[in-house]
Amino acid sequence: MQAKVNLKLVDEVIKSWGADPAFLIPMMQDIQAQYNYLPRPALNRLQEKLNIPLTRVSEVATFYKTFSLKPKGKYIIQVCTGTACHLRGAPRIADSFMRELGIEVNGTTKNGLFTLSTVNCLGACALAPVVKVNEDVHGQVSSDKVKKIIEAYAARKK
Amino acid sequence: MKINSLADLESVKSKALAASAAMEKTVIVCGGTGCLSYGSAELASALERKIKDRKLNAKVMLKMSGCHGFCERGPIVVIEPDKIYYQRVGRRDKEKAAEELVETTLVQGKVVESFLYSDPVTKERMIDYYKIPFYAKQKRIALRNSGHINPADIDDYIATGGYAALVKALAMKPEAVIEEIKKSNLRGRGGGGYPTGRKWESTRKAEGPVKYIICNGDEGDPGAFMDRSIMEGDPHTVLEGMVIAAYAIAKGKAPAHGFIYVRHEYPLAVKNLTKAIEQAREHGLLGKNILNSGFDFDLRINRGGGAFVCGESSALMRSLEGRVGEPRAKYVHATEKGLWDQPTNLNNVETYACLPEIIVKGADWFASIGTKGSKGTKVFSLVGKVNNTGLVEVPMGIPLREIVFDIGGGIRKGKKFKAVQTGGPSGGVIPDSMIDLPVDFDELTRVGSMMGSGGLIVMDEEDCMVDVAYYFVKFLEEESCGKCVPCREGLRRMRQIFDRITTGNGNPDDMVMLEELCTAMKLGSLCGLGQTAANPVMSTINYFRSEYEAHIKDKKCPAGVCKALIAYMIDPESCTGCQLCVKNCPSGAIKGVKKKPHTIDKEICIKCGVCYDVCKFDSVKRK
Repeated sequence: MQAKVNLKLVDEVIKSWGADPAFLIPMMQDIQAQYNYLPRPALNRLQEKLNIPLTRVSEVATFYKTFSLKPKGKYIIQVCTGTACHLRGAPRIADSFMRELGIEVNGTTKNGLFTLSTVNCLGACALAPVVKVNEDVHGQVSSDKVKKIIEAYAARKK
Repeated sequence: MKINSLADLESVKSKALAASAAMEKTVIVCGGTGCLSYGSAELASALERKIKDRKLNAKVMLKMSGCHGFCERGPIVVIEPDKIYYQRVGRRDKEKAAEELVETTLVQGKVVESFLYSDPVTKERMIDYYKIPFYAKQKRIALRNSGHINPADIDDYIATGGYAALVKALAMKPEAVIEEIKKSNLRGRGGGGYPTGRKWESTRKAEGPVKYIICNGDEGDPGAFMDRSIMEGDPHTVLEGMVIAAYAIAKGKAPAHGFIYVRHEYPLAVKNLTKAIEQAREHGLLGKNILNSGFDFDLRINRGGGAFVCGESSALMRSLEGRVGEPRAKYVHATEKGLWDQPTNLNNVETYACLPEIIVKGADWFASIGTKGSKGTKVFSLVGKVNNTGLVEVPMGIPLREIVFDIGGGIRKGKKFKAVQTGGPSGGVIPDSMIDLPVDFDELTRVGSMMGSGGLIVMDEEDCMVDVAYYFVKFLEEESCGKCVPCREGLRRMRQIFDRITTGNGNPDDMVMLEELCTAMKLGSLCGLGQTAANPVMSTINYFRSEYEAHIKDKKCPAGVCKALIAYMIDPESCTGCQLCVKNCPSGAIKGVKKKPHTIDKEICIKCGVCYDVCKFDSVKRK
């Protein structure tokens, strides 16, 4: 679902970084923290207020992996696919999430609850394989636990 | 309180030491990312309540520390001064564990047997922190405080001798500081291994209206987390190292500014560093007129955007400028024209963390550790198929065998050791025949791998070397910034070849083509990412050629990994008929009745591997 963008809020973010284009990345990080993604009106505002071409804004927004131009789900599932996790079965974990949620990597479930993504390394390699859901780190996940993890978060909604 | 002199620092130190000496015991709960995921924060609050209930507040100090390194054993609790090491404390029940710990250890003065570490081989239970094999063979310089001090408390850092190096350095001439670092032979811990002192000297010599000091905390190598632990567990040591570097590099009226570039995936590191920066400013250790010496230096944190290539120094600088992280050619030295085209010194987190100790203990002390070409210690993240996974800091030159088998406790589930992968996507694999290799910068490069930032990933007989190379190629294809053709196109072609090989469609020419692409990328790529991208492929071809041949000629994956080339089956001898796999199979491919061996219908099986994961008797085989 597209978010309703409060341009005042975007202006505040721009102001807090002194409207300096050198801080374009932190500004975008702050905006994304608000909306879970980078809404187009906010990007237009950045371009306008910083007086830079929109190509420069979109170049940065598409280069860095943390930025998303699409709205994300309430719970963002990150399956770590770092080397240690890969060896301990991360591909099987990612497959199980895809199967259980019925979406591909970078997809969002129809009810807007889950977004599935993979991440290069969460730096919790000793706990491999690792899955992060929003701020919670789940260590030593096995493919049979995937369903339980999904159910636990789905139940929270109610 | 502002610290203006050595005397001020000493007084903060003695006050902090007196406060902890007044306590009978200190309970240190690990608050690193690993232990936190096992609920160490809840454990700490349960302990706090119980300590209060038993009115032990005046005798017992409770604190949260950074990472102990032995993350797999979390939550870890250490009781000082007795050096009691408790592990896996309250994984299931925090309340009960806290109760037991407080009653038995703090009130009755006895150890809780069930929290003790037991050796995976001898089964012997151990109490003493430093006698546990995982720690006994380590030598900690960069990690000296991690796990011991509270990262949110500057006094705790000062109590262990923190900021004494800064006082000492500011009393020296900047040139003398550089000389000392040069004499120590410290080489950059970020991967390249460039001598730190020489880099400083070039940056100092370069003329410019401003100088930049950057800390590279964009630890992108998958399977490596040493910088994360240092930033989380001992942020002040990074700051102290950076101020020392800034002092040595600044010249005349040119001001120096600092940046710490932290990976987006490390929120706790950002939090702890932010707090540390505030405290250092309050204490007059950052900002204007540091330690009343007339020297000014301040720094800020930038969060990365999740691009692996930004770990490369010139790409990182472009990212700091608010641009796309594309590297540039290296004939322009960053020491002369780096960030915003000004003289810039960039070092890695671990490099900065070593500096205070070198200044305090002297270059000769540091140079006495390690090998001829590589001095000091190196932190490795020992992960993969070893029994003891975690962070280890060892002297340079230690045989690989000691890391894997003594510290790491050997291979999990009694499987056979196959190889070690070092250096992340820029490194290579080291086969079991080279297990006695002394680990240092030069030796690793000689055998076709590299030190990299320090990931050390252990692989066993069930790991396919073709799949490992494929994994890194896919990783790099995704992370290549696309600026230069050899890297962008070379990786894509390599990936396509691996697509074929791992699905049984490879042909004998594929290996020749892979080798050609490797050479071209090595010679033609712009930055380290592309130049070293061949290492995982070349080293696996060199040491495990027969495994490639098995995939290409026999259409078989001997390790049982490549999905298209294997089938899952159940060993009727060891299957107990427990029905666990039947219940968990998402496609209903497993048939069988209770207490009778089960079978997998290959026609229905989707090869998801769930049965393999759930089987408690190792009866599911991949062939």
